[in-house]
Amino acid sequence: MITEFTPFQSLVGGSLIGLASVLLMLTLGRVMGATGILAGFMQPSSPRDWSWRAALLAGMVTAPGLMLLTTGHMPAIDVPVSIPMLVVGGILVGIGVTYGSGCTSGHGVCGNARLSPRSIAATLTFMLFTGITVYILRHVIGG
Amino acid sequence: MLRIVITYLIGLTFGLGIMISGMANPAKVLNFFDVAGTWDPSLIFVMGGALVVTFIGYRLIFGKGPKKPVMDETFQIPQNRTIDTRLLGGSAVFGLGWGIAGFCPGGALPAVGSLKPEVLIFAAALIAGIFIAKALQARAHS
Repeated sequence: MITEFTPFQSLVGGSLIGLASVLLMLTLGRVMGATGILAGFMQPSSPRDWSWRAALLAGMVTAPGLMLLTTGHMPAIDVPVSIPMLVVGGILVGIGVTYGSGCTSGHGVCGNARLSPRSIAATLTFMLFTGITVYILRHVIGG
Repeated sequence: MLRIVITYLIGLTFGLGIMISGMANPAKVLNFFDVAGTWDPSLIFVMGGALVVTFIGYRLIFGKGPKKPVMDETFQIPQNRTIDTRLLGGSAVFGLGWGIAGFCPGGALPAVGSLKPEVLIFAAALIAGIFIAKALQARAHS
């Protein structure tokens, strides 16, 4: 499935992701990592620690609805993946980010922005393995 | 209450960024990695924009900024600097799953608000995976 090259929207969207990461550090002193925020939301250490995570997640899930209201249509979410593969992929992502202590936001944006050696190593590793997996699924098995 | 409202707005900003950038769209994300096929380089601009803004913002906060966060007591920044097999192995498994499903956690969470069944299924599997890993880690420690 071909997708349109969108450098402008992607740059604007990426900058907003960066802005949110900076604001969360400035206000609460926290890393904007989806993995850590979700894990701490499900297993909170205190009510005060849970409330900011709940508010942040509530803000995130409001975004598609706000875009629908303001632009009149939902941003594209095209899933060229079967349901069993989504389940397998989801479980692997959950296990991987827990052992790896972060994902594309925590390591890929926040960790790399402060030049953390762990985040740089993690990012190179998951980008490489994602690339290999896509190549095998599309050009070796599916080719 | 102000703390909750501001945190909500930060989450909304993140969610809008994810939705506008295309990170919540598995077709686009998988095409970024499909250099040998239907390549779409858009994600370079997502990561580039996010990294530049965060790099500069963090510099300002940690350089000339306040000694503590505006609405909390301490900056909670990971201090671990050891690159170990747990980090690399976990990241490799994450890459495998990302390549299969096309969603990463930050891309999927805002998309949950679309109530699209595929997103909800991925999110449930993601949460299951986190609990499986926590259970395995707890067993290894006991």
